[in-house]
Amino acid sequence: MDFEDTKEEAAFREEARTWLEANVPSEDEMAGMDGMARAKFWQKRKYDAGWACIRWPKEFGGRDANAIQQVILNQEEAKVDAPETGVFSIGQGMAAPTLMTWADEEAKQRFIPRLASGEDIWCQLFSEPAGGSDLAALRTKAEKDGDDWIINGQKIWTSGAHYSDWGILVVRTDPNVPKHKGLSYFYLNMKSPGVEIKPIKQISGDANFNEVYFTDVRIPDSQRLGEVGQGWQVSLTTLMNERASIGAGGGGVKFNTVKQAAESVQIDGRPAIEDKQVRAKLADWYVQEAGLKYTIYRTLSALSRGEIPGPENSIGKLVGAKKTQDMASFAMDLLEQQGIVRDRKTDEAFAALFQDAYMSVPGLRIAGGTDEIMANIIAERVLGLPQEPRMDKGIPFTEVPTGSN
Amino acid sequence: MNFEFGEDQNLVRDQARGFLTDNCPPAVVRRVLEGDELYAADLWQQIVEMGWTATVIPEEYGGLGMSYLELVVIAEELGRACAPVPFSSSVYLATEAILAAGTQAQKEKWLPKLAAGEVIGTLAYVEGAGETSAASLGCSVSDGKLSGSKAVVADAQIAQVMIVAAKSDSGDGASLYIVPTDAGVSCEALNTLDPSRNHANVTFDGASAELLGNEGEGWALLESTLNRAAILFAWEQLGGAESCLEMAKEYAMGRYAFGRPIASYQAIKHKLADMYVKNTLARGNVYYGAWALNTDADELPLAAATARVGSIQAYYYAAKENIQTHGGMGYTWEFDCQFYYRRSKVLALEIGSEAVWQDKLIDASAHADVA
Repeated sequence: MDFEDTKEEAAFREEARTWLEANVPSEDEMAGMDGMARAKFWQKRKYDAGWACIRWPKEFGGRDANAIQQVILNQEEAKVDAPETGVFSIGQGMAAPTLMTWADEEAKQRFIPRLASGEDIWCQLFSEPAGGSDLAALRTKAEKDGDDWIINGQKIWTSGAHYSDWGILVVRTDPNVPKHKGLSYFYLNMKSPGVEIKPIKQISGDANFNEVYFTDVRIPDSQRLGEVGQGWQVSLTTLMNERASIGAGGGGVKFNTVKQAAESVQIDGRPAIEDKQVRAKLADWYVQEAGLKYTIYRTLSALSRGEIPGPENSIGKLVGAKKTQDMASFAMDLLEQQGIVRDRKTDEAFAALFQDAYMSVPGLRIAGGTDEIMANIIAERVLGLPQEPRMDKGIPFTEVPTGSN
Repeated sequence: MNFEFGEDQNLVRDQARGFLTDNCPPAVVRRVLEGDELYAADLWQQIVEMGWTATVIPEEYGGLGMSYLELVVIAEELGRACAPVPFSSSVYLATEAILAAGTQAQKEKWLPKLAAGEVIGTLAYVEGAGETSAASLGCSVSDGKLSGSKAVVADAQIAQVMIVAAKSDSGDGASLYIVPTDAGVSCEALNTLDPSRNHANVTFDGASAELLGNEGEGWALLESTLNRAAILFAWEQLGGAESCLEMAKEYAMGRYAFGRPIASYQAIKHKLADMYVKNTLARGNVYYGAWALNTDADELPLAAATARVGSIQAYYYAAKENIQTHGGMGYTWEFDCQFYYRRSKVLALEIGSEAVWQDKLIDASAHADVA
């Protein structure tokens, strides 16, 4: 049991570090660029040198690397001051694996290298007002018209729709069969006529998501992935890659920051960190934080040995988001009335750190599978417990009971 | 990165699990719980013969000279089986204290006997309700004779040797002493939460006491012994928590209500998912503890407190919710859920409660790279 790289891993780490240090863009090179331009600049440079999407096959711009090499590259990239490239994560993390599995050769050659190089940004058009956790309840419909499909309906919670070039889309092509059987899967140009994008303002004040409306949008049948009616199966390829990509988040609220807060304020005339109840709570969060860290180490060890990791990692988002919410709330309690202030420009210690986290975490507990869905996944797929009986099995979608929304 | 056990440990685990499945089924735990035996002496003898008590003792002292990675997998399996034996007292505490601080002569005298199971050892430092501290110690040693009393000492009645914390000869703080129990030591058996284990109050009346470690440094030595033991306790506790999850799952799959298995209700599924999450986090932390113990890392105090708190919480949750999942039957004497509910609390209180270890964790976090 050790934390060291194997010989091969150490050699790869050295190679990656050397390239990164020599090639991370300087401020001069990126003068005048906004965040998006910086992301594209850095991604293209990585792609040209063979350091983008390294797990992908060489023909699509990758280098056939293994999972642990990807982890090592991520670790090393985090150490250099490289531009943030999160805008590519949905395209590279979800659309690309789906295209690799389901698209024809021509489409793969056309789209996948452009995903790796950052030339194209993709978004995911799955969730609907009527279908969140129950994704397959979606209602956006596609009707065949010659060689095209005509799309009408609405998607929601689409990250990055406003700057995306392409989108992956699940729609209902047959409402008269049971709901999972009536879906089909397409990709489309986000500039297509009839696509309308409206940002959703969140309780945090930010707008990371959009509503996307479809009014008689035409998609050629050649942009269908899988057979007509096979959309659910294709979606599962996408979704399998989603939960891995949504982390615990929480913007810097960690054991250490809350401990610093406890050291900086007083309870009964003594530093709060000396209070037994404060210590007990902090200790519990440290136990969770460390438990997650070492669970990830176990996963990395499995990857390092070339094994497929067990399901341990599915707990990360479930534990992390709740923990961050509780820690942010507790840290504000420590600040007493001062905790009310949420001002990113203030000179106060911690500025709006805890307040921002408090306002953003409710979204994390829902995005990419709610806490409740994550618990179901653990119960059903890890522990092997049976599903609940369902009211929508074996009947046409049109007969499935619905509420008013 | 290789944060995983190797083939050697996997082999030990398989052997241990197979052995305990055969030789420590619930009927053995129940026998001790319900009867007059202080521990399962027959099982203990077999455990000794398997060499488990000799695991980390160096070969020169009659041990097997294996690593702590082997010992922790044994601890997990003993916890899984809820084994009614003095393994924690003798191996995690007495053996560890002598290994850490014994003189050559003391090691030669005691370790071969502890390894061979000729001697059962234990640790006695608590003197009553609440936290015992170096300053509050009532036990004292004068001219090599120990007087005073200790409270709720595990396996006191079956131990041939005790490691005892007492005020030292010179009055210069606390020291640890090796105290044979053959003369000047009397035990008063206690009714406890978990009769599958045994605890007693102990009175020392001029018992012979030999200094262990440096005089006046006993409390620091005690703390470091407790830190090491905490990691081994945590593995045993995790084993118990895993057993609870397995029991609850099996019962929920087979028990039907309103025409379907109760395991299909979200209220039960989410409860079991919570158990899984707590156990998985605890497992991550005891892995780190095992690494720290095995390499005697600087981070050991933090790793120990983290492992200990995580396992206390995981076992408590799993044990109580296992009863809840079993419904009324889980509350009956006839069912085995009670073994784990009792043992989880006893293991949580021996060597210091959750609150004590939460406090130690925060102290230790000041000296560690917490990222």
